[in-house]
Amino acid sequence: MTNRLFVPLAIVTAAMFAYAPFMILGAPYESTMGLVQKIFYFHASAGMTLFAAAAVSGIGSALFLFTRKPWADRMAVSGAELASIIGLVVLVTGPLWARKAWGVWWQWDARLTSTLVMWLIFNAYLLLRKYGGPGSDRLAAAVALFGMANVPFVYWSVNVWRTLHPKTSVIPSLQPGMRGPFWFCVLAFLLLFTLVLIVRMGLEHRRAELDELYLALED
Amino acid sequence: MRRFVEAVWLVTRKDLLVEARTKEIFLTTLFFALSCVLVFAFGFVREGRAVGDAAAGILWIAIAFSGTLALGRAFERERQGETLRALLIAPIDRPALYLGKLLGILILLAAVEVVVVPLVALMFQAALFDHALLMLGLLATGTIGFAAVGTLFAAMLVRARSRDVMLPVLLYPITVPVIIAGVRGTAALLQAEVDVPMARAWLSMLVAFDVVFITIALWTFEPVMTE
Repeated sequence: MTNRLFVPLAIVTAAMFAYAPFMILGAPYESTMGLVQKIFYFHASAGMTLFAAAAVSGIGSALFLFTRKPWADRMAVSGAELASIIGLVVLVTGPLWARKAWGVWWQWDARLTSTLVMWLIFNAYLLLRKYGGPGSDRLAAAVALFGMANVPFVYWSVNVWRTLHPKTSVIPSLQPGMRGPFWFCVLAFLLLFTLVLIVRMGLEHRRAELDELYLALED
Repeated sequence: MRRFVEAVWLVTRKDLLVEARTKEIFLTTLFFALSCVLVFAFGFVREGRAVGDAAAGILWIAIAFSGTLALGRAFERERQGETLRALLIAPIDRPALYLGKLLGILILLAAVEVVVVPLVALMFQAALFDHALLMLGLLATGTIGFAAVGTLFAAMLVRARSRDVMLPVLLYPITVPVIIAGVRGTAALLQAEVDVPMARAWLSMLVAFDVVFITIALWTFEPVMTE
């Protein structure tokens, strides 16, 4: 089923990414930030995709830990890898925008800090899987589970500490002209994420099959 | 329930007995904590006095760093003696094993803190004892939160490769809320105008963290520690 849907979805995603620059160009300029604000379409969309990747990895980890289904583990590791890459996109585009909007590259505010911590947790997850040796898949699953439970605490604690980043409530209050391009970009990012996730999970599946074949050959 | 409490106590007693005979972890952890305080003093002391909130930060960093060391050593001892397997085979509940280990590490860290906290107060002219009860609460809940996550991770890393470096890599991002709450809560008590409601807010945050993370640890210890 995935195969039949994959190609049309890939074409739609490619077309959306090709058309996105025109939509962003057509969107109105923000009154105080001007052109710089355009990075918002990229940054906030990537941020939303990061949360999707984190949720996929966390749910996969919890399922794997308690049911031991191999596909859940494949979902967890694919989600974590994507979270690491998309997190990098978010953490690079954020400071670029912040430098122009706030005058500094980095602020220790709630959103920035919690995103950084989440990104670190998923990288720790990947490091553990890569260098932890046999059995580290289950250990990594526990790490992802703790990482997920941790996010609200990090957010709350840094929020009390200090805050600068615009709240999520900015999005419903967007200007009408910005709303369309923004959700278009979010959808494009989420589609790309879904496609890469499918490919990555397929790769993991093939790898497991190959391992089984090797084992069968040795017997 | 009685059997459960007995099992927890047996595991704790075993750890404390081994520790009482060698004093290895207590002494090495204590001197590591003191070395941390010394090293950080070079960074944050100007003209003989600590800058701003440095005392609170130094105290909690010393606790976090030496706690990591103690956790690693406590489980390294089990690995060298192949005794962790014996513990896992023993007819006791996995949660009891976890709580026993956690309690042992908490007692050890408390012993280290009994020395380190007055020393920090003394060396940085920090009024850590003006609100002794609140400070005690922050230290207790902070240490419990740190050790609750640490005990689970140290236990599961026993069999993993490169465990020495993995423990801090996993532990620090996840215990960020404990560090923030501990440092900010302590700083609220140390600043010129003591902010008691703020320290209370951080304390309640730490209590919530402890409850959530001990619950998840008890829940995950079984599937993680089963071969």
